[in-house]
Amino acid sequence: MKKNWPLWEIFVRSKNGLEHRHFGSLHAADAEMAMENARDVYTRRNEGVSIWVVESKNITASNPADNGEMFEPAQDKVYRHPTFYDLPDEVKHM
Amino acid sequence: MSEKEVKNLEEIFEARIARDEKIEPKDWMPEKYRQTHIRQMSQHAHSEIVGMLPEGNWITRAPSLRRKAALLAKVQDEAGHGLYLYSACETLGISRDELYEQLHSGKAKYSSIFNYPTVTWADMGAVGWLVDGAAIINQVPLCNTSFGPYARAMVRVCKEESFHQRQGFEIMLTLCRGSEEQKAMAQDALNRWWWPSLMMLGPTDAESIHTEQSMKWKLKRKSNDELRQQFIDQTVPQADLLGLTIPDPDLKFNKETGSYDFGEINWDEFWQVVKGHGPCNKERMSARVNAWNNGEWVRDAAMAHAEKNANKKIAKAS
Repeated sequence: MKKNWPLWEIFVRSKNGLEHRHFGSLHAADAEMAMENARDVYTRRNEGVSIWVVESKNITASNPADNGEMFEPAQDKVYRHPTFYDLPDEVKHM
Repeated sequence: MSEKEVKNLEEIFEARIARDEKIEPKDWMPEKYRQTHIRQMSQHAHSEIVGMLPEGNWITRAPSLRRKAALLAKVQDEAGHGLYLYSACETLGISRDELYEQLHSGKAKYSSIFNYPTVTWADMGAVGWLVDGAAIINQVPLCNTSFGPYARAMVRVCKEESFHQRQGFEIMLTLCRGSEEQKAMAQDALNRWWWPSLMMLGPTDAESIHTEQSMKWKLKRKSNDELRQQFIDQTVPQADLLGLTIPDPDLKFNKETGSYDFGEINWDEFWQVVKGHGPCNKERMSARVNAWNNGEWVRDAAMAHAEKNANKKIAKAS
């Protein structure tokens, strides 16, 4: 049976001090080839100093249909933000 | 899902786009949105990949190392652009193999401009200047399109594309400042590429069947005729600078509109090429299909090698 090259997600650190960021995806037979292809496809113009490749099937993603229960509870928790607290104007630097 | 529920979801969806929210692959979307995006994004990816062929023709014959390095880099970018777009397209649930199959069977289209031959070195100049110029005009608005993966791919494509046009114009400029023969070669290339470049921006608004829906989904921000006018208005002064004549006797600056009026486009030719009867349709497709078929054993061998290594690792660990 014919097997297609799996899909890989590519993350690139554009310079030291910054986090790796998702750049896109590509197909490759294995991690080594994914790394070589990622270099050619996503860093032809000095876009990065470090690459992560992760086979796409290993990523567990949240479902947008669950966004309500996932993310909405945070909306009514205003007390997690500094502006929720009333302080007199005389208090500086807080 | 009931019809009413779908209708409700569609309304929420359209409202999100109207608010300039982006749609991501796992979000609910109308089937027509998915299909339209697969069609347009794959067509775009195919154009990048087939677009490598007319230029690949000149890599080994570039007149200097500088030109050769630039052309090689440009063709490599096109491969990259095809890959960004294919993988963005695959997020809509179609496989790479299916996409290739659609190209190879003729079910999917690619830009008709790549069915014209590149017969002299000046064509490398004209293609970069005109074809990439027209492509940029088409592509820049897509950086803001509603489908997230497409918009992100386009941001990267547009960043890289500007060098393509500049290197093309530089080739033209060098030829135009060269000998009589070189200048004639540049003029000849302009003569052959001008009209196909105008056609590349798509059928007239009256003939364009997808425009209205595409505008709503921000797959299009300006109509084909508007883009064409923009292309002509920006290109004519560049031709003047080169000292070349645009092959259109009806081309004239219109003081009232501030734009150039231009002659009739031969749409019969356009549709002939789209339908597969251009000068190089068969050659382009056979090059693609052969590359795919002849590469099959390499792809299979790489997969077999990867599996063997993975099994070895498992055996070692146990």
